[in-house]
Amino acid sequence: MPTHDFEKIFQDKIDNEIRIEPKDWMPEAYRKTNIRQISQHAHSEIVGMLPEGNWISRAPSLKRKAILIAKVQDEAGHGLYLYSACETLGITREETINDLHSGKAKYSSIFNYPTITWADIGAIGWLVDGAAIMNQVMLTRTSYGPYARAMVRICKEESFHQRQGFESLLVLSKGSDEQKAMCQDAINRWWWPALMMFGPHDSESTNSEQSMLWKIKRKTNDELRQNFVDMCFEQVKILGMSLPDPKLKWNEERMHYDFGEIDWTEFWNVVKGNGPCNKQRLQARKDAWEKGEWVREAAAAHAEKRKTKQKAA
Amino acid sequence: MNNYIRKFYYGDIPEDKAGASIVSSTAKSDWPLWEVFIRSKQGLDHKHVGSLHATDAQMAIENARDVYTRRMEGVSIWVVESKYIHATNPDEAESLYEPATDKIYRHPTFYNLPDEVNHM
Repeated sequence: MPTHDFEKIFQDKIDNEIRIEPKDWMPEAYRKTNIRQISQHAHSEIVGMLPEGNWISRAPSLKRKAILIAKVQDEAGHGLYLYSACETLGITREETINDLHSGKAKYSSIFNYPTITWADIGAIGWLVDGAAIMNQVMLTRTSYGPYARAMVRICKEESFHQRQGFESLLVLSKGSDEQKAMCQDAINRWWWPALMMFGPHDSESTNSEQSMLWKIKRKTNDELRQNFVDMCFEQVKILGMSLPDPKLKWNEERMHYDFGEIDWTEFWNVVKGNGPCNKQRLQARKDAWEKGEWVREAAAAHAEKRKTKQKAA
Repeated sequence: MNNYIRKFYYGDIPEDKAGASIVSSTAKSDWPLWEVFIRSKQGLDHKHVGSLHATDAQMAIENARDVYTRRMEGVSIWVVESKYIHATNPDEAESLYEPATDKIYRHPTFYNLPDEVNHM
C-alpha cells in the first residue's frame, strides 16, 4: 500500500476520534512530535520536583510538610507515567533522560525560577499547577492513546495540587501584615512566568493547522492562556490580592479579560538557558543520575543474587 | 513525509531555538520493562494501568505499589515483563474481527418479541 493510503487511514481515524495506539501506523513526524512533547512534559514533572523539594525541610508545620511530600511524590509519579507513554513510541528511557542532561530536550521554563519564600509554594500550586491543569485537561483527549491515558491519571491527582496551593495562600492572605505581603510578593513574581507557560503567541507558530489536524493539541496557546487569565482574575479576588498587570480589565466585546504583553525577551532567555536557575536545575538532575549510579548497580546485583538463590532453592 | 511540526506545544520548545547541540545515545536501559495490572477492588478484574522499569518482579511490585496505588486504587497487583506479552497486529484487525460484524443475530436486540414478553 502506498504511503499516502496509510496517511489517509491514519487521518480518518483521527477525524473519527479513534485514538492512535503504539502499534498503529503513524507518520514519522507525528511520532517525533509526540516523543518531543511527551518527553518534555515528563522532564517538566521531574525537574518540577526541585523548586518544591527546596521547601520540604522548611515547611511551616507537619501538616504542610506531609502535603508537600505527597505532592512532590505525585510529580515523580507523573514523570514516570509520561516516560512510559513516551517509551511506547520506540525511544528508550535512557535516551530521553540523556536528552534532558545534554540540553537537547527542554522542560517547562517555569521551573527555572527560584522559590524564595514559603508563599512561593502556594503560588506554584495555584498558578503553576493551575496553568498546567488547563493544558492537561485538554490533553486527556489528545489523539495518541498512551499519552491521553497518562493525562487522565495525572489530572485526577493534579487538582489536589492546585487546591492545596490556593488554600495555603488563603491562610497567608488572612495572616499578619508580613504574611500578606509575602503572599502578594509571590503572586507578583509567579504571575508572568505562569502566563509564559502557555508558550509563544499562536501567530508566532507555523504549521499550526497540522498539529490541530492531528489532534495532538486541541486548543491553541493563546486560547488556553486567555482561559487561565479569566479564571485567575476571579480567584485572586477571593484572596484579596491583586495580579501584577495594570492592563488587566474586562472586555465586554470579547467577553474576556484583556491583559498586558508578556516579556518575550525574558521568555526566550530562560528557554535558552539563561534563567535564574537553569544551570542549578540541570546540574541537580545530572548529579542525581550520576550519584545514583551505585544504587542502580546495587539493585541489579541484588536482583541477580536473588535469582541465583531462587534457582538453588 | 516531509511535514515537520513547528507548532509550540505546552512545554514544547523547538530544538532550533533551544540553543543546545544534539547528542544521540545508543545506551540501553539495563532494567527490563514491566506491565502493571491492578485489581481496584475484590470482585473486579485486574486492569492494565501502565508500565515501569525494575530489576526483577519483586521490585516491580514494590514500585507499582508506590506509583499506581498511592490513593487506594488497588487491592492486588500483577506485574509481567513486557517482553512476555504477545499481541495481535493492527494489520490483522480485518481478518480477525471483521467476521463478527455481520452476525447481528448473535445480539439479543436482533429478535423482535411482542411487548407482552417482558424481561427476556
